Order: sequence, then structure tokens, then C-alpha cells
Amino acid sequence: MQEIFGRIKKRAAELFADGTVTRMVGWQKGESDYDKTPAVFGPDMKGFVYDGFCGANLSKYLINLSKVEGRTLVLLKPCDSYSFNQLLTEHRIDRDKVYAIGIDCNGKLDINKIRALGVKGIRSVAEEGDEVVLDTVYGSKRVKRSEVLLDRCYCCKGKDHVAGDEFILAEKRVDTTTTDRFELVKKLEAMTPDERYEFWRGELSRCIRCNACRNVCPACSCVKCVFDNPALGTDSKANSDTFEENMFHIIRAFHVAGRCTDCGECSRVCPQHIPLHLLNRKFIRDIDELYGEYQAGAEVGQRGPLTDFAKNDAEPGATPDKGGKK
Amino acid sequence: MQRIGVFVCWCGTNIAATVDVKAVAEAARKEPGVVFATDYQYMCSEAGQKLIRDAIAEHKLTGVVICSCSPRMHEATFRKTVEAAGLNPYMLEVANIREQCSWIHKDRTEATEKAVVLARTAIAKVSLNVPLTAGESPVTKRALVIGGGIAGIQSALDIADAGYEVDIVEKQPTIGGKMTQIDKTFPTLDCAACILTPKMVDAAQHEKITIYSYSEVTEVTGFVGAFKARIKRKARFVDETKCTGCGECTSKCPSKKNKNEFNLGLDNRTAIYIPFAQAVPKVAVIDAESCIKKKTGKCGLCQKICGAGAIDYEQKDEYIEREYGAIVVATGYNPIDLAKYDEYAYSQSPDVVTSLELERLMNAAGPTKGTLLRPSDGTHPHTIVFIQCVGSRCDDARGKPYCSKICCMYTAKHAMLIREKYPDTEVHVFYIDVRTPGKNFDEFYRRAVEQYGVDYIKGMVGKVVPHDGKLLVQGSDLIANEQVRIEADMVVLAAAIEPDKSARSIATMLTASIDTNDFFTEAHPKLRPVESPTAGVFLSGVCQGPKDIPETVAQASACAAKVIGLLAKDKLKGNPCVAHVNEEMCNGCSTCEKVCPYGAITYQDKEFRVPGPKRTEIRRVASVNEAVCQGCGACTVACMSGAMDIKGFANKQIFAEVDAICR
Repeated sequence: MQEIFGRIKKRAAELFADGTVTRMVGWQKGESDYDKTPAVFGPDMKGFVYDGFCGANLSKYLINLSKVEGRTLVLLKPCDSYSFNQLLTEHRIDRDKVYAIGIDCNGKLDINKIRALGVKGIRSVAEEGDEVVLDTVYGSKRVKRSEVLLDRCYCCKGKDHVAGDEFILAEKRVDTTTTDRFELVKKLEAMTPDERYEFWRGELSRCIRCNACRNVCPACSCVKCVFDNPALGTDSKANSDTFEENMFHIIRAFHVAGRCTDCGECSRVCPQHIPLHLLNRKFIRDIDELYGEYQAGAEVGQRGPLTDFAKNDAEPGATPDKGGKK
Repeated sequence: MQRIGVFVCWCGTNIAATVDVKAVAEAARKEPGVVFATDYQYMCSEAGQKLIRDAIAEHKLTGVVICSCSPRMHEATFRKTVEAAGLNPYMLEVANIREQCSWIHKDRTEATEKAVVLARTAIAKVSLNVPLTAGESPVTKRALVIGGGIAGIQSALDIADAGYEVDIVEKQPTIGGKMTQIDKTFPTLDCAACILTPKMVDAAQHEKITIYSYSEVTEVTGFVGAFKARIKRKARFVDETKCTGCGECTSKCPSKKNKNEFNLGLDNRTAIYIPFAQAVPKVAVIDAESCIKKKTGKCGLCQKICGAGAIDYEQKDEYIEREYGAIVVATGYNPIDLAKYDEYAYSQSPDVVTSLELERLMNAAGPTKGTLLRPSDGTHPHTIVFIQCVGSRCDDARGKPYCSKICCMYTAKHAMLIREKYPDTEVHVFYIDVRTPGKNFDEFYRRAVEQYGVDYIKGMVGKVVPHDGKLLVQGSDLIANEQVRIEADMVVLAAAIEPDKSARSIATMLTASIDTNDFFTEAHPKLRPVESPTAGVFLSGVCQGPKDIPETVAQASACAAKVIGLLAKDKLKGNPCVAHVNEEMCNGCSTCEKVCPYGAITYQDKEFRVPGPKRTEIRRVASVNEAVCQGCGACTVACMSGAMDIKGFANKQIFAEVDAICR
């Protein structure tokens, strides 16, 4: 990972020097060492880092960056490249204003899992083989990388990029996939409606409506969100009790259905640890079952099954013989 | 705040017998914004309409709710009423308390309760109505007729006679369609060619009609009054302007063993050919697949012979683009493929023919010069069995569920003509029912039975087995309740008819709807039978449903009347209840464009003012062509940000309606 970081810095410096790009969107240290946050850099790249904590998906920042003068260098991990393509499909990014480097990723770290192992006071992170070496104020700690990855990395979409002008990759690619991404969705499906309702009411009752999930989501990129638009009346339909917060997530899941690339950022940033990605995955699973497997963002310009019509389309609820469910 | 008036109609006893109309008016009066509410026996009558107009004036109403029948019935009527009283016609809402309430309920209390809710819902909606004005668009005074059969020709002639330009696009080298292949027509037995070919000539000579034969429509864009069509003129390798139709080339062409489509493959034609003597235009065409010159580069005989110098082996497909105000679909039909009906041995014996093939075998211009001879050995058949409903009224996937309508009559015609011409021939007809509703139709059928002695057997044939030069027909006679075995010389199958294969792609091109059998759907099965639901697209002939010739001609003229009605207008008033985009909120994501079935949405880059030092930014935003939009609302539900909305059916209004129901 440290080697990749060095190569990225070197290549970015070249691109700045020859005038290909005028800025770079990457990561820098946030409030804490383990909290790497997206940032825009000039040619000096002051503070730029790339390590195991750089989980944030940078593609959404290109919406605004492609409106300003000059070309932006973006660093895309394999899963971020799907969001990048989806945004291109939706005409939200001007491709000519972006130079994309696909960079290596061998899974990103989950600070909560590291904390659970009793590691505190992290100052920096490095990787050695399949171990993560954490330099802390209490000395150096080693943990197995496979035990501290973000949940989404255990069901990675793959280490191949679907977009990028060039790529900076490790010689040995690490596969982190160990679980079926629909495992939990299947569990939820197996519940009775009452159990499921209780599960989601329980999870969503913790929501503080900080809007972090919406703000980080590359699919939630509306110029004006319906929840910020009192004229539409969507925001205050059920504001008499906490149910509205629940509806916020349901409506959001509907709005990104068929467009969500399953990048998992919603759950990663949720300060209340609500497994929001499960709502989206349920939609993805339903779409896969009804219309055939579909991965949003796999290609630029693809037509999602929910915005396309084919004569043999399933009609959920109406035609069980065509695969629709009653 | 609006000043709303509510008018509850009794519809005689239709509503008043089940709904307490006075209670509905009473409840409506208590709703916010309502300043007047009343009930009346027939709101749509002149007296009822006067009551509405007077109330608007007296109570200074700004919005009107009529609780009555379905808006499909009288919304237009009441819009005119409120407009006459000085209100914008779109400040009206109709609450359907008849079809959706009184007609489907028995209990008076329940029905009244529901009527009150429906009234409340309409009041909630009308509170948010805004005056709307319909836009106008110009009309191109030219019609496109797709298909040059009798339907297309008749529609074109009628439209052209009214003084409008018409283009007929026909995919075959000649116009005339199926009727050119038919020998005699029921029930008068006049010769099809004698009545059709003069019409073909009329069309060709009409100064307002242009015929594009051997051509296909490949693309249609635009909307009612302003369609744009791309027409592919297939290369016929003969210069249409030079060819005199002398036929010299066809007599010398060495490639002679090509299936003659006009005689349904019952004889052969040359590679360069004129479909038949009366073809319009009477111009030769080269079938590139069988032309020796086109295949090997050697030959060129026709070019040498042609005195007019019309042969051009290098001719290429050409495309022309024209604008039209209206489009007539007259794509016609074909008999179904009988490959799936092998119990009748159609593919096993040449003596099993379809009824259309029999037409050719009996026609003076056909392969046998009009003498009925068996295709296998050229002998005169003595026993002929007709089998009706082959693929029609069929409940399995092989055939069609509908009645093809023309078969009963043409079979009676065939049977009668054969008995007339060859009285020594035995003719048996197996049938399920004989259907003869039409002027002089039943008389015609009875003549076949009573005067000509045709043997009608009620029942179906189970199997036809070719054996020793004969055809063994096994069927059942349901009236005598016995099995019948007939040793026949020929078997004639009344194959079901189906829309031409081009119907589906043309429907897609025109965004016109077709049914499960690929027949074009009419805007209303009874009241708008020659219009497609897509504005500006009209239906002529069998493309809309099975029809015989008189019905086809009648419908073609009806269709022309509708086209003339449209072309006579200089400007069209649109429907103002169409989509519009709030550009400030539009993401430019193209989702609405993808779901729009009418192609009404396009995108453009526009400059917007934004806060900050840069002042403006260029954004890609949707724009709706109001003349094309049909107001279906697909875009509004697909739009994530709520930037798309339908005028007159705004999301806010729908929310208000739902709230009113749930209150």
C-alpha cells in the first residue's frame, strides 16, 4: 500500500507538471489519524495520503469539480469506478474535465472493528503482508487485515476497474471476498413482515437525520433534494412522529433503486451504525431476480432495468408466471 | 383562497337512487373554500348548465367541482360550460360518483359516504388548480399513407380529392395489395381486378397523389401536424422515369426459375419482372437475388434489349425525408403460415392449397389461366374439400383466438363458383359455424347450399392423408354424429389472417399501440374506430381488425374523413395538461427522457445564475415538447428530484387528493 502511495504521488506530480491536470481530488488526514477525508489538492499535494483508511468514494466530488476551470485528477478504487460510470451515465460529470487513475485497493479498514480489538490512539497505519501495523500512542499493534475490513470489502465487486484513463496497481492483487453480499438480505426476507418491521423500526429509530448517508451517496446527487424542498411537500408528509425518519430512508432507497452501485458509503458514514446499505441491496436483489442480473455503473450509458421497457419484463404482483411475485 | 362551487348531479336515478345527493351537497358545503353547493337532476342538460353558469356569476366562483359521471363522459361538456361563464376551463374538476360509486354499490349509506369522500377529493384538487392555456402548433397539409392496398388507395383518393397532398408508401413493386390476387368478390361476384385496377390508375393519375412503390418507411419523428418521415426507396435497378413497361426485358431474361410471388409460388417468373399486367406503376423490377448479372457480373441481356435505356445495375437504395400532418396506417394482412397445421398435409401435398392460392388457380391471369387444375398433375379435380377456421377461433398457441371474418363468405364463393363452372365436381365444406352477417351475405350462402348443392358438414377435419394421388380426409359430422371419410382430389384450407409482419415495427415507429394479436388499437372501439390513440395516426383496413372489402373501403373513407378534418385546420390546439420541468431543480440525468414513450423530452445546455463569484454556470436540463407530450406522467414518477410535473395533475394536487381521502 505504501508502495502504491509513492507511485500515485509520483504520477500525479508528473500530470501536474505537464499540465494535464490542474487539481487532484484525494484524501487527507481528518480530525483523527484513522479518519481520512476527501480533499482537493494543488500541485504541491500538501497533506495527501493514501492508506487503509481511505475508504471514502471520491467520484461524487467530480460533479462540482467538473464545473470549474481546468481538469481534475481523480483517484478511483475499483468500487468507486462504478459510481463514476453511473454519474457519467446520468450526465452529472463532464468526462473531458476529469483525468481518472484507477488505483489499487486491497480492502479498506473499519475503525470500529479495530477498536473492538482494543486498539486505541492510532497515529498511523501501514501494511505488511496480510497484517496491518498500527502505530499508536501506546506503541505498535499488529492485527490481521482480514479481521478488520469494512463489511462491504468482504463482498467486494472485484478488483478490476470499470473506468479509468490509466491504472496504478499492485503486482499481487488481494481478493478480500469471503461472503455472499445478499446473505443478510436473505435473512431479512426470511423474517415475517412483523419481525422485519420491528427490525427496521429498531434500526431506524437511532437515526438522527444528520443526512450523512444522503450527502455521501453518489446516487443522491440531485441539484435540490426533495427533502430540502418544502414546496413539494415530501419532507413533511409524516412529520408528526419519528416515522418520518423511517420514511426518509425508504424514499431515499426508492430514489436510488436501479442506480445504486452498492458502494456501501451510506453505512460506512452513518454515525449511528444503521445498516442502510441493506435497503439498497434488497432493491438490487429484487431487480436481479425480476429483470436479470444488473450492476449499475458497469458501463457508461447503460439503461437501468427500471428506466427501460422490454416486452417480456416481469410485472411484479401481476404476472407470477413471468417471474413476478404475488 | 378559491371560491369553489360544488354541483351534485342525480343523473336521473342513476346516481340519486343509490347516493343521497342532498347529503353529498350538504357535506361539500362544509369543506374549506366551498361557498356554494347544490344538486340537480341532470347537470349536463341545458338547464343544469345554466344553473352552473348562473352560480359562477352570482357567487363569483373561481373553481367548480361537478359530482357526476366519469370525466371521460362529460368533462369536455362542463369545461365549455365554465368557460362560457368566464372561468378558465381548467378550473374544473369532475368527481366520478356514478361509474366509480353509485353503479358499483348497493348500500345507500356506504355509497353516500364514498360519494362525500370523492367530492372532498375533487375539492382538495381544485383548490390547487391554476388556469391553463393550450398551446398551438401548425399543421403540415400533407398525409402519408403506409400501405397501398385497397384501404390505402381509398384513403389516399379521398384525402387527395379534398385537395390535400398524399404520399402512398408501398413496400411491393406495385400498389393494389391482396385484392389484386383475388379472383371474384362476394357477394356480387364481380371481378376484383375490374373494380380495383381503375382505382389504382386513379391513384397514379391523381395530381395530388405521389406513389412510392418498392419503398418502406424507416423512421418517423415529430408529432400530430408535424410528423417527419424517412422513406427508403429500395433499388429496383430500373429507372422508374424511363421504363415504359413494355415487358421486352421480361421475355428475354434467362433467369426463369424464380418463385412468382404474385401467384404465390404456383408458377415461376423471370429475375426482371413486372408483377402483373395491370401493375401500378407499370415498371419492371430486378430481383437482385436471382439476377445473373447481379450475382455473377455476366449477362446484362435486359440492359442490351431495353430501348428506353432504363436498366441501371448500379442503382442504390435512396432515402427521402418529408413532412406530414397526418399518417394513415394501412398495412393490411397475410394468411398465417400453415407449417404448424401439418395434420392437413399442407406441406406434404401440392393439392392441399390455401384459399388465396385457390384464388390464383381460378383466376384468368393465374398459373392455369383460369382453369381449375390440380397443382400436382394438372388434372381436373372431381372432389374438393374445404376446411374452415384453419387457425381461426383457435384456443391453442398455433393459431389465432379471433374469427378471421372473411373465410365463411369466400369459401361459399369458391364452392359456388366451382359448382357453377364444373357441375360434375363434388364440393364439401367442413365448418364450425357459418357466419354471414352482412348485406346480402346470408342470401349468398343459402344460394351456395340450396341452388348449387354445396355439401356443408358441421364439424372439423381431424386428418388429411395423401394416398395414391388422392387425399383421404377424415372428419366428423356433428349433426349426424358420425365419422366422415372423403377421398378428395383437392383440399382447400381457409387459413386465418394475421396483420402484416411490419405492423409491429411500424407501431413502434409511430408510438401507436397494437393489441396482443398485433392489430392496431383504435382510440375508442366504438366511438373513435379509425383513430389510433396516438394523435395524428389513423387506421385504415385490416391493420385494425379482420374486414372484408366493402368494410375496408368504408373504413378507409371514414379514416380519410378524419384526416381531412385534421388537415383542414391551420393550427392545432394542444392539451395543456402536459409535463413541464422546473429547470432550477433538474439534474439533467436523462431518466425522464428514457421513460418517455413519446420522445417528447430533449436536453439542452442552459446558463443559470448561481450564488458566488462566478455568477453563472452551464447546466444540462430537460425540456418538454408540449405538442408531443401526451401527459401520461411517466416522467414525473421517474424524476428523483421532483423537477418534472404535469400541469393539471401536479404532484401537489395528487398529494392533496390522497390527503383528502385519508382524512
